[in-house]
Amino acid sequence: MRELHHIGLTELAAGLRARRFSSVELTEAFLRRIERAQGTLNAFISVTRAQALTDAAAADRALAAGTGGALSGVPIAHKDLFCTKGVRTTCGSRMLDSFVSPYDATVVAKLKSAGAVILGKTNMDEFAMGSSNETSYYGPVRNPWNPRLVPGGSSGGSAAAVAARLVPGATATDTGGSIRQPAALCGITGLKPTYGRVSRYGMVAFASSLDQGGVLTTSAADAALMLREMAGFDANDSTSVERDVPDYVALLGQPLAGLKIGILKEFFDKGLEPANEQRVREALEVFASLGAKLSEVSLPNLPLSVPVYYVVAPAECSSNLARFDGVRYGHRCENPRDLMDLYRRSRGEGFGAEVKRRIMTGTYVLSAGYYDAYYLKAQRVRQLISADFTRAFASVDVLMGPTTPTPAFAIGAKTSDPITMYLNDIYTIGANLAGLPAVSIPCGFVADLPVGLQIVGPFFSEARLLAAAHAFQGATDWHTRVPKGYA
Amino acid sequence: MSAWETVIGLEIHAQLATRSKIFSSSATAYGAPPNAQANLVDLGYPGVLPVLNGAAVRMAVKLGLAINARIAPTSVFARKNYFYPDLPKGYQISQYELPIVADGSLEIVLDDGTVKRVGITRAHLEEDAGKSLHEGLPGVTGVDLNRAGTPLVEIVSEPDLRSAKEAVAYMKKVHTLVRYLEICDGNMQEGSFRCDANVSVRRTGATKFGTRAEIKNLNSFRFVERAINYEVARQIDILEGGGQVVQETRLYDADKGETRSMRSKEEANDYRYFPDPDLLPVALAAAFIESVRATLPELPDQKAARFASQYGLPVYDAGVLTASRELADYYEAVVRAAPADPKLAANWVMGELAAALNKENLEISSTPMTAERLAALLKRICDQTISGKLAKEVFEAMWSGGADADAVIAERGLRQITDSAAIEHVIDEVMQKNPGQLAEYRAGKDKLFGFFVGQVMKATGGKANPAQLNELLRKKLSG
Amino acid sequence: MALTREQIESIAALARLELTAAELPVYQDSLSRILEFFGALERADTASVAPMAHPLPGLSQRLRPDVVTEQDHHAEYQQNAPQVAAGLYLVPKVIE
Repeated sequence: MRELHHIGLTELAAGLRARRFSSVELTEAFLRRIERAQGTLNAFISVTRAQALTDAAAADRALAAGTGGALSGVPIAHKDLFCTKGVRTTCGSRMLDSFVSPYDATVVAKLKSAGAVILGKTNMDEFAMGSSNETSYYGPVRNPWNPRLVPGGSSGGSAAAVAARLVPGATATDTGGSIRQPAALCGITGLKPTYGRVSRYGMVAFASSLDQGGVLTTSAADAALMLREMAGFDANDSTSVERDVPDYVALLGQPLAGLKIGILKEFFDKGLEPANEQRVREALEVFASLGAKLSEVSLPNLPLSVPVYYVVAPAECSSNLARFDGVRYGHRCENPRDLMDLYRRSRGEGFGAEVKRRIMTGTYVLSAGYYDAYYLKAQRVRQLISADFTRAFASVDVLMGPTTPTPAFAIGAKTSDPITMYLNDIYTIGANLAGLPAVSIPCGFVADLPVGLQIVGPFFSEARLLAAAHAFQGATDWHTRVPKGYA
Repeated sequence: MSAWETVIGLEIHAQLATRSKIFSSSATAYGAPPNAQANLVDLGYPGVLPVLNGAAVRMAVKLGLAINARIAPTSVFARKNYFYPDLPKGYQISQYELPIVADGSLEIVLDDGTVKRVGITRAHLEEDAGKSLHEGLPGVTGVDLNRAGTPLVEIVSEPDLRSAKEAVAYMKKVHTLVRYLEICDGNMQEGSFRCDANVSVRRTGATKFGTRAEIKNLNSFRFVERAINYEVARQIDILEGGGQVVQETRLYDADKGETRSMRSKEEANDYRYFPDPDLLPVALAAAFIESVRATLPELPDQKAARFASQYGLPVYDAGVLTASRELADYYEAVVRAAPADPKLAANWVMGELAAALNKENLEISSTPMTAERLAALLKRICDQTISGKLAKEVFEAMWSGGADADAVIAERGLRQITDSAAIEHVIDEVMQKNPGQLAEYRAGKDKLFGFFVGQVMKATGGKANPAQLNELLRKKLSG
Repeated sequence: MALTREQIESIAALARLELTAAELPVYQDSLSRILEFFGALERADTASVAPMAHPLPGLSQRLRPDVVTEQDHHAEYQQNAPQVAAGLYLVPKVIE
């Protein structure tokens, strides 16, 4: 039998059901790997060892009794943006350093019902704001492919953990690319669902009209299983869509032949590193060889997606983060002189620089005299971008292109200029603005560093995206590569 | 005519009488221990989201229909961003550019009897904030978030009001209406019904509005009147002295009888309104609106008009009796049971009954005198069993003792004497006993008629039928 | 678009963020550059387009039934609170 950590989520679930190994055994094995890697990768903020073993034992009992869900006994991790009852939930911030959530996010509750065992909460950019996992109060996460490099962000901890085979699957969130970009930089599969597909209740809000919870796994098949268990209407979330969840696993085998792929012209711009472009084009050839039909499409307003995003997301976050005021929970400064001092110092101390920068940007673009010129204007351009996608999908089934302009970069390389960092999201942001589902899958290497291919689909086309990714993964083996030292 | 004209607009906040809050399923009941009715959504915990209470929407639509306003087919919730301890999320979910109700009106009757139309610009849904408690806590303020998230409808009038009296009349009209509609209990002590007054003055004849001050959180009709009058005088003083009125928020100090500037809500707050991304636009289909229309009760004005015509009541009486639905229902129950004289019923409900309730600080809903029992008493007046005067004694006995009219009348032997022969007999006796007055009366001193009436009444223990007594006495006295 | 020191101070105050003297110019610089970056938006012709508030078109707000389902958990929730007394959340005295 292969080593347990080389077995993907789906096979682990099946192996547990067949009692080839126990959940306790599995959990213990992954916990050891997590603890060994923590010093190097810093992928976790909290490791819930005792609770995990208790839950694993309970899962084993359920498995023996033949009861239990689709993920019974399977160890996973949650990005520390998801509220977990009785467990510290920090959002990567000093503001919530000692915050223990009194409730479970809907996503957490659903995965618990499916029987998954939570091993811990993963590190992340503070309040999901970042593209490199360098803004965390708990220190940067390192890329398992090269510890001097970033894993991507904001779900850097979840991505590093899955890439290093510390967990077979982890939840993550994506507001401007925070699932797909780390997936690309870490050589794994990351899916952001359609807006409203997965409940946001209990997923601490960054930008409410853009945030979506999703998954990081080592294969499209595994992503299909995890998504199926996580997705669905939630009465507690007004933006949650009332629509049945298809059995993504059963639909993985959809034949690829005839799939109309639009190659996004605007994504092959001068910012894209030539070697990355090469890997992506090679991947597109694989699709062609599998029977897909390639054509070029243009989304002329897409280049404006970064400025649109950096108006809209900060605006929403400036309001969403106003609740962190030192009154009912979270960090409070010592000896506040008066109310103003309480607010200003608690928030000044609790939040890091990038968060403060975005709160101030957001406050400015919403303020009197600037609202029309910035916020409303950005929301109008957003409509144009969305219309571009709709038009494109009239002639193609999916859009493809690179996930990121470059492979993983050095820790500290892009922290001096916020805009340079923001431009990392250039290919991913469009899908968030339009609310569309998108997946990133590994499609090759550049100088031993992973490259990601992005597939974007129309609303609620997750099944098709996963099937296309699955077909690609059936014809290639990039997704099976494990970073040195973690094999 | 005064040199100055007062311009007033009122913003009324009415708490909607839903069971649960507008965006969470916490209870809205008043009086719970601090923070016992504040759940994670109300507390603004990380990750929570709002879900809209359908009953709050129905109530807002009901109000809109009752004031002949336009019901927006699509309305949008917006965030009003500011920091305050009783505002847990750091923003209030309200409605800004697209409110659910717009362009309505109400009519008020002024002192001189004229009817004035007051425009209502808009009414929108929003959530209430919690409460900050400053008393009894040295150096700190305590925050109770039970009230946070209670649904409010904010009703904004056009600046059509021209005096404190008009403002109070309008506020009373709205108060009556929301209670009629059963969308708000109107309890001002508990804070269910509050008013902000925007007050400005301008030279009579001017077309532009003067700078206004906003007086916040007035929770009684009396305070509204006094605060406005004080503020108008204050502003006129400033302007006559050559100064400028500052646009600001003020509070009314009831003890001192004056308004003063609020210090804590500093610098013109930039609320940075934007549509709340956690809530979708509220779409109201025509069918939904019609289903709410079907639940509208007879409105106060309609009821008053009907009372005037159906029961032959003067406008004033109709107005008083329809001031609350409970009172109007009570009156109609009385008339149903004693249909012979609706005006008599009106007099008694507005008179004796109201006085007895007021004395014990009771609302009509807690009256110990049911409509049926009162009606029974009125029937005895109508059928001449007792006089109106003695009926008052019977009423008091019924009120405090709980017995029925007939029982009291029998027990106290209060039956009116309607036997002409019996009355004549007493008249004869009285005339015999008072020969001097009789002679004076017959000589022309008409005033003494009252003396004889009094004497007969005394002799009969007040039970002689007054009408018969008058007729018989007149005949006998004139010889 | 360069922001002045006063503007940064005013934004920080509105957002209730205390900035140190050293931090102020750093934010002033980065925010100014970010705002300049937004200039690209002016190029877009949005005359005939409505602002997007929600990415999925045609959806409207669901209405929830008016039912109370919550129970009193204030003691549990207040374990997270920095300062509590008699069931109340405490802040420095506010004068109105």
